[in-house]
Amino acid sequence: MQTLLKNLRIIDTTLNIDQKADILIDNGLIEKIGTDIEVNDWNVDIHDLSGCIAAPGFIDIHVHLREPGREDEETVVSGCMGAAAGGFTAIASMPNTDPAADAAEIIESIITKSEKTPVDVYPIGAATIERKGEVLAPIGELVEAGAVAFSDDGVAIKTAGILRRVMEYASMYNAPVIEHCEDESMAGGSMNEGFNSTRFGLTAIPPIAEELTVARDIMMAEYTGAKVHIAHISTAKAVQLVREGKAKGIKVTAEVTPHHFTLTDDSLADYDTNFKMNPPLRTKDDVAAMIEGLRDGTIDCIASDHAPHSIEEKEMEFEYAPNGILGLETTLGLTLNNLYHQGVLSIPQIVEKLVVNPRNILGIPVPVIREGEKANLTIFDPEKEYKVRVAGFKSKSRNSPFDGHTLKGAPVAIFNKGKLVLSQVSG
Amino acid sequence: MQLKTKHLLGLENVSSSDIQSILDTAVSFKQVLERPIKKVPTLQGKTVVNLFYENSTRTRISFELAEKRLSADSVNFSVSGSSVSKGETFKDTVRNIEAMKVDMIVVRHGSAGVPQYLTKISDSVVINAGDGIHEHPTQALLDMYSIREKLGKLEGLKVCIVGDIAHSRVALSNIFGLQAMGAEVSVCGPATLIPRNIGDLGVKVIHNIDEAIQENDVLNILRIQLERKARAAFPSTREYHKYYGITKERMEKNKKDVLLLHPGPINRGVEISSEMADGEHQIILEQVTNGVAVRMAILYLLGTRQGEDN
Ligand SMILES: [Zn+2]
Repeated sequence: MQTLLKNLRIIDTTLNIDQKADILIDNGLIEKIGTDIEVNDWNVDIHDLSGCIAAPGFIDIHVHLREPGREDEETVVSGCMGAAAGGFTAIASMPNTDPAADAAEIIESIITKSEKTPVDVYPIGAATIERKGEVLAPIGELVEAGAVAFSDDGVAIKTAGILRRVMEYASMYNAPVIEHCEDESMAGGSMNEGFNSTRFGLTAIPPIAEELTVARDIMMAEYTGAKVHIAHISTAKAVQLVREGKAKGIKVTAEVTPHHFTLTDDSLADYDTNFKMNPPLRTKDDVAAMIEGLRDGTIDCIASDHAPHSIEEKEMEFEYAPNGILGLETTLGLTLNNLYHQGVLSIPQIVEKLVVNPRNILGIPVPVIREGEKANLTIFDPEKEYKVRVAGFKSKSRNSPFDGHTLKGAPVAIFNKGKLVLSQVSG
Repeated sequence: MQLKTKHLLGLENVSSSDIQSILDTAVSFKQVLERPIKKVPTLQGKTVVNLFYENSTRTRISFELAEKRLSADSVNFSVSGSSVSKGETFKDTVRNIEAMKVDMIVVRHGSAGVPQYLTKISDSVVINAGDGIHEHPTQALLDMYSIREKLGKLEGLKVCIVGDIAHSRVALSNIFGLQAMGAEVSVCGPATLIPRNIGDLGVKVIHNIDEAIQENDVLNILRIQLERKARAAFPSTREYHKYYGITKERMEKNKKDVLLLHPGPINRGVEISSEMADGEHQIILEQVTNGVAVRMAILYLLGTRQGEDN
């Protein structure tokens, strides 16, 4: 089976390519790259993709699949279909399932279930048993089963003592420790602490709860020599701490979610639970710091923190509703709309943040667009304007604050595991 | 006197002209309350549901009396605990109530923002009877009514809210309402009971009670919450009373004629001594009477309001 993708602009920052060309794929492998490739075989699946960009497949390294435990909200398969629709050929899944991904069988089962989908899943193992911060998870066995990183996401690793052990142990496998940075003793509020929390009367999480843990984790990474990755960074001071850590040569990396670089806690005026997440939306100064961090490279990558929740759980009094929003099917649109079209990042820089850096953080191979390689591609149209329509999402859940938003920049298709999957996000 | 606002969700976005209308209307309802037959037919045929997710007998009874005196049909719907533990969601409960064809819902809930949420899932006029630690607009309006009745004005007065500002819904409503009416508002209490960003609301923060007494015309003394979470924010009720309690000695020492309000229920010997709670400066029981008149005014103005704009 051959597929011919015509009139693309190919951008591959690893190979330093930015060229107009067609790509001929045969049996999942890139057969030929060139201008005006002609085929006479009527069997070839031909797509004219004028105006579109092809990059190596995008990866989202912060995704909550709800399997096992809450398959009504998301399964491995539905999450992968959402990822494909959103322009991702790969995701890394967070371990806070029920039970937690603290055993090799769970890691294996996630990988097995993903094999039938067009998306590669790289599971993140729990750092401690049941994510309780008391006993080390079987990190060696989890690595052997396919885990690529370790995290107790949902919470930070509970104490400095166990964090040290997780870092020391994980660094034998060169695996990063991914931290949800939030000091437990200051946690538990439903929005950012600040002017708005005072006005809205909501219990609040102070920014320092994040910053204290970021500082602890960076110091511990320095002490142990391990790699620490700061998940969903959200405050200006936290970005500054990462910047200083990097300057000292400490192995610290960071990701930001699209909602933390687009929205502020002003959005909570209506108490819409689709704006409730953890870390919470912060202030416009924090959003500006996210943008600056993305621009100067302090923030290595963009990740969605895709967190599906059922309608019943979200249609709730604000303080009782669970944290988290969908992200897989809006991340690319928000990135292009708010970063590319606002002149914050160029397309090659976006490719770095969604293709290269996240894979380097996890230590997994970065796909390239070259003849003879497996075709692992994300195709997107940076100029396409459309309305986000949550009702059409492939995810099983509907909890997105971006329903109805107009975005410029859309996923068009992915090609992975021998298959072309057209996106319907902007359909 | 047509109100601009369609619901009473809080005082943050209520105009001074609306507040003025409510306070003025309450004056005539207070006269009704002083008659032998304390009832008017103004809301005949209207149905009001008092939807209470928190046990607050005082506020509920005050609303109930106000509704009855306006000849509305009123029904109490009390739910203990959150909808989460009860099994039925808040939305389902509201839909059930609406199916019974009601006109107004008075809602009290432990979670901030519920009145706003209610306006999205219901067609009724919504009155906030207290939501979490957010707002309690009818309490603030009755406080403002009581101050105005006693001192003849609000504009230019200096009012200090004393006590647990952080865990209070009364404080925020008072701040917004009083500021709209031209009063100068400050707060006084230990640092741990005052929200970090309260200064951004244009409120002066005072940590010394003597200073608060000397500087102000009115002290609105809040109840000190004795629940575990609020209690963790100060050392002990003994220490609180020692440094922030309103006592006769403290008032005499500062030689100041200050009007004392308290939204109740009182913790005697904590935020205020018994002597002062029953003394000449305070108008605590008048506040309760005024509460009925002010709630009648609100129910009347919102219940008979025409038009859709808000
Ligand atoms: Zn997290």
